[in-house]
Amino acid sequence: MTNKLTLLDVSLRDGSHSVRHAFTEAQVQAAAQGLNAAGVPYFEVSHGDGLGGSSLQYGLSAKNELKLIEAAASVCTTSKVAVLLIPGIGTKYDLQQAVSAGAKMVRVATHVTEADVAAQHIQLGRELGLKTVGFLMMAHMASVETIVAQAKRFESYGAEVVYVTDSAGAMLPQDVTERITALREALSCEIGFHAHNNLSMAMANTIAAVEAGATYIDGSMRALGAGAGNTQTEVMVAVLEKLGYHTGIDLYPLLDTATNVIAPLMQQPQEITASSLILGKAGVYSSFLLHAQKAAQQFGVDEREILMRIGKLKAVGGQEDVIYEVAQSLVKV
Amino acid sequence: MTKLKVGIIGSGNIGTDLMYKIERSDVLEMSVMVGIDPNSDGLQRAAKRGYETIATGIDGLVERLDLVDIVFDATSAYAHRQNSDALTATGKRVIDLTPAAIGPFVVPPVNGDTHIEEPNVNMVTCGGQATIPMIYAVSRIVPVTYAEIVATISSKSAGPGTRANIDEFTSTTARAIEEVGGAKKGKAIILLNPAEPPIIMRDTIHLLVEEPGHEEAIRASIHNMVEAVQAYVPGYTLKAETVFEEKRVSIFLEVNGAADYLPAYAGNLDIMTAAAVQVANRIATHLQQKGAGIV
Repeated sequence: MTNKLTLLDVSLRDGSHSVRHAFTEAQVQAAAQGLNAAGVPYFEVSHGDGLGGSSLQYGLSAKNELKLIEAAASVCTTSKVAVLLIPGIGTKYDLQQAVSAGAKMVRVATHVTEADVAAQHIQLGRELGLKTVGFLMMAHMASVETIVAQAKRFESYGAEVVYVTDSAGAMLPQDVTERITALREALSCEIGFHAHNNLSMAMANTIAAVEAGATYIDGSMRALGAGAGNTQTEVMVAVLEKLGYHTGIDLYPLLDTATNVIAPLMQQPQEITASSLILGKAGVYSSFLLHAQKAAQQFGVDEREILMRIGKLKAVGGQEDVIYEVAQSLVKV
Repeated sequence: MTKLKVGIIGSGNIGTDLMYKIERSDVLEMSVMVGIDPNSDGLQRAAKRGYETIATGIDGLVERLDLVDIVFDATSAYAHRQNSDALTATGKRVIDLTPAAIGPFVVPPVNGDTHIEEPNVNMVTCGGQATIPMIYAVSRIVPVTYAEIVATISSKSAGPGTRANIDEFTSTTARAIEEVGGAKKGKAIILLNPAEPPIIMRDTIHLLVEEPGHEEAIRASIHNMVEAVQAYVPGYTLKAETVFEEKRVSIFLEVNGAADYLPAYAGNLDIMTAAAVQVANRIATHLQQKGAGIV
């Protein structure tokens, strides 16, 4: 077991869902300054659904994400800006633009069974000299064997880190242990873990991941992220240090940024509401939460019921359009 | 009247599905299946049905041009760039089902007759064939400033070509949304869903229109267009009520395939091949009329 962990803050990407993609350059820059001062090695900036995510389907970005990446990169002396790229939504061209704006890491994300759509994007990441990561989303939906096979594909395309991503916040610590252990044994690259707190398991799952050998760990300040949010970065730093891990992060500047930059911009408390709990229970992609809330109001139906049905339909990340159909079908009942 | 003799290059999912649809045409006659793997399911099925088969690709076909009047290319964008000139130079008509997009885009109920004299026409993408008729149905009523499509297909129906060309899908579809659909700005998203049993192809279209209102006219126009597409893809249906929210319009579709080759969930395969056969039918009819001095 290694003691050294690499932390990645996703407040400015996963948190984009939570603020309905309305980050301003000033907010991003202030958060970036704080993360850089705290010595957080990487932090992610982009639309919640990654590069090119600005859309009617997921929500239009208030500001061009390239401007936000530029604003963040311009104040970094040691921290590096990461971007998320979901093939099918973002393209290689978007990645080239993001690199011109200052991105140094790309995380190429696919549904946990569809790694092969990412081959070109991972190869491009390496060609551009980026730290290149493969991100297997909705990892609760696939068996351990499937995850290993898909992760091996990412590694074969050139990924330097492969993530197990609990997009629905549906996993329990033993699920995490099982998956990370299997990847640790089968892969030679580093392993990462990304949590959502829909079942209040984010910190526990994060501990399970690092104890099983994950060396890249995601968090967000004040847990700002889709659904009930992510593992809270500042809490994670304190807990991991207490457990004897080395994160290299200075806690006070991180706490100051959480208090002075993130807390004031939050549109709602990042708590486990009835519906975010249902996301975890039903295994629904966390960013569906606010869209289901809106549709429930628009059609006068129970948002918990919308989310339960979407879980049964086995919708994958990005299928926010099914929310309307399900809401309409509930009206008809 | 004589039928046009058809060649298909590419004996994969699309090429094989095309073969069955061509058998039902009154103006086309299936002639030859061209592949590069003699053991491919498509070539074997074609041979069993009594058609000529060529397992040496475009080179083999070029030596047997007497077999074809019109050629469907269901290979890849890269291969199509090589194939096209070899065929059009000899006067053969080419219908391109790859994202190469050398010739103009054709979506039958929108511009099916516009490019009828072109040597090479392109069928956009499956997502484009499913959604562009709807975008046009709105843009013929009120100007569309932005149109975005989300195509969700079953993982099983996405072959290696689709997976390797996912960026080409989004960029080609976005361009056709503008050029054929009539939107000022287009965007396309594609999602793969591995659920079992496989999900039926779904397409959602979100539009921003220049001015709110016109709901009745837009609904009627959508309804007419759905019927026009159903003429060649009977499983093309609205999955939910169209949602109007000020300047935003959202349309929800499901595309059930005819299950000629892959099962019915692969509506994405069907709408592409059925549209291509529509185009070939129109070309054939046009050439017949021209030959008879009608045009």
